[in-house]
Amino acid sequence: MTTVTDRPGRAAPEAPRRRPNRLLALLRNSWRQLTSMRTALILLFLLAVAAIPGSVLPQRGVSPEKVNEYFVEHPDLAPRLDRIGAFEVFGSVWFSAIYLLLFTSLIGCIVPRLRDHVRALRTKPPAAPKRLDRLPQHAVLTGVAVAGPGATDTEAVAAELRRRRWRVVVRGNEVSAEKGYLKETGNLVFHISLIAVLLGVALGSWYGWQGNRLLVAGAENAFCNTRQQYSEAQVGARVDNADLPPFCLTLSRFDARFLDSGQPELYRATVDVEQAGRPARTESFSVNSPLRLGDANVYLLGHGYAPILRYTDRYGKTQTSNFPFLTSGDATLTSEGVAAFPDVNVDPATGKRDANLQVAFEGLYLPTAPQQPPFTRSEFPTERNPAVVLVAYRGNLGMDAGIPGSVYQLDQRQVSNGKLQQIGDKKLAVGEKWTLDDGSVLEFVGTKPYITLSVRHDPSSTLMLVSSGALLIGLMGALFGRRRRVWFRITPAGDPAGGTPTAGSSLVEAGGLPRTDYPGFADEFAQLVAAIGGGVPGDAGPADGASAAGKLTGRAGEGRAEETGPAGTREGAE
Amino acid sequence: MSALSDQLVTFAILAYLVAMICHAVEYALGNARAVVPAAPARELVGAGVGGSGGPVDAPATPAAPARVSRSGDRARLAGRVAVGFTALAAALHLAATVTRGVAADRMPWGNMYEFVLTISLICTVAWLAVLWKRPSLRRLGLFLTLVMVLLLAFAELKLYVEIVPLMPALKSAWFIVHVSTIGFSSAIFLLGAVPAIAFLIRNGYEQGKRSFPYTLAQRLPGAASLERLTFVLHAFSFPIFTFAVIAGAIWAESAWGRPWGWDPKETWAFISWVVYAGYLHARATPSVKRNVATWIAIVGCLTMLMNLFGVNFFFTGLHSYAGM
Ligand code: HEM
Repeated sequence: MTTVTDRPGRAAPEAPRRRPNRLLALLRNSWRQLTSMRTALILLFLLAVAAIPGSVLPQRGVSPEKVNEYFVEHPDLAPRLDRIGAFEVFGSVWFSAIYLLLFTSLIGCIVPRLRDHVRALRTKPPAAPKRLDRLPQHAVLTGVAVAGPGATDTEAVAAELRRRRWRVVVRGNEVSAEKGYLKETGNLVFHISLIAVLLGVALGSWYGWQGNRLLVAGAENAFCNTRQQYSEAQVGARVDNADLPPFCLTLSRFDARFLDSGQPELYRATVDVEQAGRPARTESFSVNSPLRLGDANVYLLGHGYAPILRYTDRYGKTQTSNFPFLTSGDATLTSEGVAAFPDVNVDPATGKRDANLQVAFEGLYLPTAPQQPPFTRSEFPTERNPAVVLVAYRGNLGMDAGIPGSVYQLDQRQVSNGKLQQIGDKKLAVGEKWTLDDGSVLEFVGTKPYITLSVRHDPSSTLMLVSSGALLIGLMGALFGRRRRVWFRITPAGDPAGGTPTAGSSLVEAGGLPRTDYPGFADEFAQLVAAIGGGVPGDAGPADGASAAGKLTGRAGEGRAEETGPAGTREGAE
Repeated sequence: MSALSDQLVTFAILAYLVAMICHAVEYALGNARAVVPAAPARELVGAGVGGSGGPVDAPATPAAPARVSRSGDRARLAGRVAVGFTALAAALHLAATVTRGVAADRMPWGNMYEFVLTISLICTVAWLAVLWKRPSLRRLGLFLTLVMVLLLAFAELKLYVEIVPLMPALKSAWFIVHVSTIGFSSAIFLLGAVPAIAFLIRNGYEQGKRSFPYTLAQRLPGAASLERLTFVLHAFSFPIFTFAVIAGAIWAESAWGRPWGWDPKETWAFISWVVYAGYLHARATPSVKRNVATWIAIVGCLTMLMNLFGVNFFFTGLHSYAGM
């Protein structure tokens, strides 16, 4: 087995058939092409290039509002881009096609390598080549003292190699050893982990779910985890609405701290949690530490204020709105919203509601209103001088028509067709009252904080974490492991093949072959040979043994030349 | 403390500038008399690829050997002074970064100015470490100091911000883990581009090209050793970068509720990762030429730069430190 992975090269041993099946041949060739490293490289590049539009164009999954803006700004281009999936690059057909091909290629690459590697792990290091002096590393130790038969020496060499954690086999007077299987092991672990990560992504999108919603403080606004309670929800294909874990949250407190510059310093939400089978408890969570509820995690995304507006109608009946006003990304939390009172002005005499006497207030909430007009923008994100700036409307709110409208905006159609009329505007500080033309009164009572939440469940997160860890470990093995082989041949004294050794000593010849790019191999080889030369126990006495290490000949010192060798010589050396 | 840090940055830029000028002088002197025979033999062992190794193929001028070696001595002196100034600049740079951190009472990675300051510091320190091991690469210092001057001046002029505490989103242990590893690996990748470019020039030179950029390579170390260094730096950095991205994903899970969401920074990290993986594959594949592989590494470096600067300027995402 070699480390060269250009698969097409393997085609060679295939025997020509008499009647080749064209289709089969085509398929086989395509498969070979697909699993070649060259194809994998090209696919990798395509993947990188394909990802670029995902960062240049707004993406639906990341910022749907920006996509809408883009449509408004580029009315001609946008629909065409949309057709090719440019606003959902990472879910588009072409992006998926590239990575699926890449992963097919990867599997086609891993499977044979895995088989080869398992085989390599089971086979013993191969026998020594005939001529060790042809190997990149070669050394001859002369004057190594031996008394007994050659066998004792091979055992000593083998012992030394084993001590250095080589995998060793002794054949006659030869010792073969190999080391660095970790490289290929790491490589396979790395690539298999990649597949596991992809699997994790798929699992997450099938079995995961997530929802976003807004939660105003106070028990009357508590939220329980059901599909209907989310303003936006994405639920995986294999998730049933009944699968959502039951729990309820009540926001009891929200803390935000800001620097004088307006830069936020701290956000913390405190909630009362009720979970099936567990006593109610209070928990705090913040931006970097979500609330973990077993099968769901709750993340704090943002916050704002919900003004409490109390309206007393012309018959003296009072209703209160506590609707959240939304911030528009403004750091000082200027927010916009509407307080609608569809069920007011019911005549106590008849008990009938007049659909044309509905009331709504639309406008801004400024946590820190400026001292002077214009009252259009807050000056600070906390409530230093809270005020609402509202426009009052009376008429038909258009809510009864059954057309679902936004709860954060008035139905502008009703305004433009005159069914809903503006009856004045005013700025109100906390506690201030505003008496309208018909004697009804609006009071700005105060505010309650709200938070925006994302609730998610991703069943694959553990798999992803574990496979990322494995990926990293495998990667290190693949990058820093080094496969190499050494052989030692011990020629006992008097053996004609060993040249002219002195009487009572033997000749040890060593060869080394780095199987991957490894410039330090020469040094390692030299050290190994020196250790073996010095370590071979000579029964004849220490005098001879001491000289053994010194008489190192051969090319062990020449290793540097190797780093300049053309690419791939090592890999091809087998 | 903050003002001190700013002054130190200015001094560091000056020191880099002097180092750069000394490197340029070394070049000028060295190329005027290109016959200096005694390049450190250890590095220049026969470069295999083009067959023409080392500086041997410079035309043998009959000039007086005394003059030659005097100019060679002077070139070497200039080179040493350049390294000295680089070390001084690194010390000032370190002091500037540390005082900034002390003034802010946190790690100095809270915004882009500080991030660039830290990355470029790591880059210089890593360069000095490489130089320590392989003194013969000294001439590459010209590229490096040039990059440093540009980078720091850019940071000082365009990116500078007053010290402020961290945004709530950045207050996490993962801040240190993720940002330090991203910074470290980015710095090593950036440094890796220096031998990569040098290799491409030198490789052309060794293949007999004698037009403008290639003549710069006359006195550079052998192409093969430059290529090797390129690989070592990238192979060293890649796992750290991988770790940094994973750490980022873990952090994103707790901060933004999802480990990966194709935010522009995430997208470009993915692109860089894929490109560098492509480089490592190309280099491990014998049939891909080494200069093709090296070009991939340079593309990788461009994607990193895009992520460090471009993404912050052109796109808005969760990483731009805006809002909650
Ligand atoms: C997402 C895509 C991939 C990434 C990020 C990736 C990453 C890596 C890395 C970092 C290495 C170590 C390089 C080295 O040992 O020098 C490696 C090795 C390798 N990869 Fe991949 N890989 C990917 C896809 C593939 C695919 C699709 C194939 C199969 C066609 C493949 C085949 C190989 C082979 C054969 C090696 C070993 C090279 C050697 O040991 O000399 N990889 N890969």
